[in-house]
Amino acid sequence: MKLSNKLTFAAAAVMSMTIGGTAIAQQSINDPARDDYYATMKDRKVVFVPVFMGLDLTEGWSKIMANQAEALGYHYEVRNSNFNTAAGAQTITSLISEKPDVIVVQNPDVQSYARLLKRAEDAGIHVIQLNMKTNILTTGFVGADVVAIGEAQARAAVEHCASAEKPGKVLILAGPPTSPFSAYMLRGYENILNDNASMEVVGIQSTGSYESSKAKSITQVVVQQHPDLCATLGVWDAPDIGTAAALDEAGLSDQVFVSTSGGGGELSCRGIREGMWDHYVSYDVPGQGRDLNALISSALQDTNEVGSTKTVLYTPLVEFTADNVDQQDCWTLDSLR
Amino acid sequence: MKKSVNSLKLDQQTIVTGLFLVIFLMFAIFLPGFFTAGNLLVLIRSVSVLGILGLGMAIVVIGRGIDLSMIATLSVPAALVMTLAAAGYHPVVAILAGLAFSIATGIVNGVLVAYAEIPALFTTLAVGIGIAGIGQSGMFEYDIIAWPVELDSIAWIGRGKIFGLPYSILAFAAAALIVHVFLKKTRLGFFIYAIGDNLSAARITGVRARPIIILQYVMSAGIALFAGLVLSASSNSMDTRIFNLTWIYDVILVVVLGGIGLSGGRGGVMNVIIGTILIGTIVNGMTILNVSFQGQNLVRGLILLSALLLDSIVNPRNEETAKQGDI
Repeated sequence: MKLSNKLTFAAAAVMSMTIGGTAIAQQSINDPARDDYYATMKDRKVVFVPVFMGLDLTEGWSKIMANQAEALGYHYEVRNSNFNTAAGAQTITSLISEKPDVIVVQNPDVQSYARLLKRAEDAGIHVIQLNMKTNILTTGFVGADVVAIGEAQARAAVEHCASAEKPGKVLILAGPPTSPFSAYMLRGYENILNDNASMEVVGIQSTGSYESSKAKSITQVVVQQHPDLCATLGVWDAPDIGTAAALDEAGLSDQVFVSTSGGGGELSCRGIREGMWDHYVSYDVPGQGRDLNALISSALQDTNEVGSTKTVLYTPLVEFTADNVDQQDCWTLDSLR
Repeated sequence: MKKSVNSLKLDQQTIVTGLFLVIFLMFAIFLPGFFTAGNLLVLIRSVSVLGILGLGMAIVVIGRGIDLSMIATLSVPAALVMTLAAAGYHPVVAILAGLAFSIATGIVNGVLVAYAEIPALFTTLAVGIGIAGIGQSGMFEYDIIAWPVELDSIAWIGRGKIFGLPYSILAFAAAALIVHVFLKKTRLGFFIYAIGDNLSAARITGVRARPIIILQYVMSAGIALFAGLVLSASSNSMDTRIFNLTWIYDVILVVVLGGIGLSGGRGGVMNVIIGTILIGTIVNGMTILNVSFQGQNLVRGLILLSALLLDSIVNPRNEETAKQGDI
């Protein structure tokens, strides 16, 4: 009796182990996409040609791109054009003969690189434009819809300034005249302000190559002429540090509504918290990095003719104000991955 | 004809002063809002950093050199001061470190020019690129460095006002006074004129030229650091990328425009002040008029060109004034 009991138990145990064992073997399936995916990525080459490294934007994007390259085993390098358009054009020209798989390029203006980028695609290199685009489309564009940033900033200014008695005075501080962030952004401002009788644009000035000292001296001059200035619209956060400094010195920080825009890093949150700026349109560098990596990966897998598909990914914009700044990411280089 | 012009002493300083007065009066009469105390203060304040740099450049140019590394020595040592202060070092330590950096740069420039006898144009260009490169290759986390709260105790040099006068204007005035006294009232200043006018003659009369050439570059580097601190306190940040911009041309411009010839030995602080204020007036007036960026550059270029043209017509070059080694 006892023995048969033991035997039954042992048999049951063996059976259940066998069944269980088979079950485990059957649950593991090989992902058919996986090997191909990693093999495709291995030893490919991606080159980033920024306008300038050493900014929170470019360093952030570059770190995110480098991380994916390391994880997937492709080569990634940066060729810095150091705010020199001629040097950047030279870099792209030599890249066309070096033939990397993907060039990621941030354009200093809407025209200079356009033809070179077309030549690169004709030579079989995927070109992904990053945040600052030329007037031609290539394999991909990742970045802000600059017109939409301009519209968001102008709308915020209208909300703050518009009054029936007298038009709210606005100063516009653009960057280099042919930069996409000046040319397209001005269109955004115009879309909102041009047919708005309650607003008056008292100046559209360029801060040169986004110089904060220039933004400061322009603001000082304009505030002298228009002490009732109501808002400033700036295309980028770095020069608008100077704008805020000018208003602070003139004692007008509370009166003048300062709206600016940028990558949404720690500086943006500090600027809002310290009251330098009242409104900040962020194009979210970590989100852009994710989009960028997706486009790079898809370009590396693409077997069609280069340039046969063109994808535009406009970044969802986030508006920072004093009320919501505590809920924002405020990324730093260390927090990016 | 020529004699009568010469007897009027129409040198470049007089021409530029005249040009300045014409432009200033036109703006004052036809441009509402230009001739107010507030606007005039803004005008001078906006060019005070340029003026301070011009003073440093003037010392070197009078000694018949040129310092193209000034923008690098303005940005990198000032950024170093800010970075060290933000990292918790005492402001005094941070400033001394920045000063040591800029003096070292000046010594390198001076030794290469005075002892290795490499032309100043190439030496300072290369040293400037080198210093900017050191700054960009990992010395700072970002290229744009924010003014740290730890340095707020000295932030007044670029921001505050005393009796309605902004400190940055006073900084320009103080620098102008010191440079003026140095150039006109000290023996070393006199030697700089002598070296700039004729290096061989200065040597023969016993001037120890080489150490004085080094001193010129050390002074311009020190003045650049001072300008850098005023600039970063004023705009609340230092953008080390300014080395890549055209600032250095503006500095040379105010010096040459004011009438300090690149052939050395001539001019003084007054020339720098006139050149600086002329540029400031043009930019200020056009900003009030809301002239576009391209338009401003065009007008500025035309006015400068006409000043130089007028000078070369009124004071033509001849064997006596033309010197070998002119830049």
